[in-house]
Amino acid sequence: MELVLAIGIGALAGSGVWLILRPRTFQVIVGLSLLSYAVNLFIVAMGRLRTGAPVLDAPAIAEVSRYADPLPHALVLTAIVISFATTALFLVVLLASRGLAGTDHVDGQEPGS
Amino acid sequence: MNGMADLMIVPVVLPLLAGAGMLLLNGERHRNIMAAVNVAATLALVCIAIVLLRMSDASQTGITQVYRLGNWPAPFGIVFVLDRLSALMLLLTSILALAAVVFSLARWHRAGAHFHPLFQFLLMGLNGAFLTGDLFNLFVFFELLLAASYGLLLHGSGLARVKAGLHYVVVNLAASLLFLIGVSLIYGVAGTLNMADLAARIPNIAAENRGLLEAGAGILAMAFLLKAGMWPLCFWLPMAYAAATPPVASIFAIMTKVGVYVMLRLSLLLFGHGAGASAGFGSNWLLLGGLSTIVFGSLGTLASQDTARLGGFSVLVSSGTVLAAIGMEQVGVTGGALYYLVSSTLGIGAFFLLVELIERGREPGADMIAVSRETYGDDEDEGEEDVGTAIVATMGLLGLAFVGCALVIAGLPPLSGFIAKFALLTAALHPSEMRPGGADSAGGWALLVVLILSGFSTLIAMMRAGIRSFWASPDRTVPRVRVIEMAPVMFLLIICAAQTVQAGPVMRFMQATAQSLHAPDDYIRDVLETSGQNTRKAGGL
Repeated sequence: MELVLAIGIGALAGSGVWLILRPRTFQVIVGLSLLSYAVNLFIVAMGRLRTGAPVLDAPAIAEVSRYADPLPHALVLTAIVISFATTALFLVVLLASRGLAGTDHVDGQEPGS
Repeated sequence: MNGMADLMIVPVVLPLLAGAGMLLLNGERHRNIMAAVNVAATLALVCIAIVLLRMSDASQTGITQVYRLGNWPAPFGIVFVLDRLSALMLLLTSILALAAVVFSLARWHRAGAHFHPLFQFLLMGLNGAFLTGDLFNLFVFFELLLAASYGLLLHGSGLARVKAGLHYVVVNLAASLLFLIGVSLIYGVAGTLNMADLAARIPNIAAENRGLLEAGAGILAMAFLLKAGMWPLCFWLPMAYAAATPPVASIFAIMTKVGVYVMLRLSLLLFGHGAGASAGFGSNWLLLGGLSTIVFGSLGTLASQDTARLGGFSVLVSSGTVLAAIGMEQVGVTGGALYYLVSSTLGIGAFFLLVELIERGREPGADMIAVSRETYGDDEDEGEEDVGTAIVATMGLLGLAFVGCALVIAGLPPLSGFIAKFALLTAALHPSEMRPGGADSAGGWALLVVLILSGFSTLIAMMRAGIRSFWASPDRTVPRVRVIEMAPVMFLLIICAAQTVQAGPVMRFMQATAQSLHAPDDYIRDVLETSGQNTRKAGGL
């Protein structure tokens, strides 16, 4: 479980970083989205992983330590909302840049032109 | 006392209400109402900040005001904490905001929609970031102020701004992701995000987890240092600041200081003397990074062709100086750095406003985009009052303001920049108490050399810019400057002058602030203990 999640986060983050360093704005926005998925998974993983745990277990209901830590989920929810909003905002800037500069290069001009 | 305790939530709630209220109005038609609301709200923020500052300074023992949202006790609920440092930052923000918003009324607020609501939301994010006592809440306020700043940077549109804005947004989004990784690593190790609780728990972290915690803190620091513009994370900054409209660039001068503020607070709270094995974590890196930022910024000031970029590099020098001072980890140095922070922020804010007035005279409308040129024409039709119809008065006033800004930023007598650097260097060379690790004043000497050289290069750059714009351009027309544009610049410079005249009391306040920052036990106790005052207040909602 740990290995699968770690590889998943690593693959997402790696592709995200690679895409962010690409010269086209669309690649950058996809890269940012992938990175934020990786970070969201990472936050959930910080609440500790456990497989096969019952949601409610009759003898253990009163025992608080048996429950999952709810805080990472609250954090990840906030992080999702915020990164969604800022990505949408970035999309607008991207389109404005494309419209004004006539190119989708991140520097607003083709290299060498 | 309850009423006074509630006052500290107002710097967050008031801009929220004002900004949200303005969104209900139609942007184009009700611009005057929005402007009035914006100015009134900002003015109210200045008054509240002054009251809060007096309140925090009046408490002898350095007792911090704690406001619990929802009245949940500290490690579980979110708290707002008011101490001397946050009150000082609130006041600095609101003063700079007042100058920027009054300046924008002359023309810039007409360059695009929603200037006023975005401005208030930016203030809300800034004030919240200064007041919050919780790491994740800090993230939320950071995102708030960043979202508003994206809009403000793009205010006025135009290719240059969109290009700079694109880089700015990407860099800050990536930094926010680093912020989240750092926060969640710290939560995973320490199990809390409340700053005071975190500080209390760090000495007891098991040795095998300590590396993970420090990695988390380091990643978190990356996000703040990027905002503060520490070299090598600062390449986005001069371009973004030079592209922004002048009032926006002026208020952005405080945005780098948010990063500096968080570094100051967290490095002294979490990794101060009481942090056990982690004490002094990263302070050498801060010192080195700060010094290299000063060097990079100074080279940049010498290399910059236009005056706005010069301002952008001065921002780097300013935050580099404070970061290096934090890395020294001495009470006296921190006090001097706080004084320097206030004076340099005000000076740079005034400089960004002034640049536009000076550049306006050189090539009328050459570097303005179509929208603002249109408003420029409107201004002339309105035929509103000009300051000093005589050529000499306008140019003289602009020149005087320019000299004032240059003195403050370069740190020459008689203005406050000199006192700030003097206080900083005196304390750095005469360490009253050594930090626990490497105890030598080599850092102090390095800081001395770098600061003096950077002051010198700033002076050269400023002089060159001044000669170019005031003496060496025969074909210049005298800029049409209105009172409402000149007054904010003068207001900021007068505050710098007042800071010079009242250097004694101001410095006493800064030293008291530094004292309580270096001894965070009071802070931790006040936040975590159930102090009777606030508990009685039934239901914080």
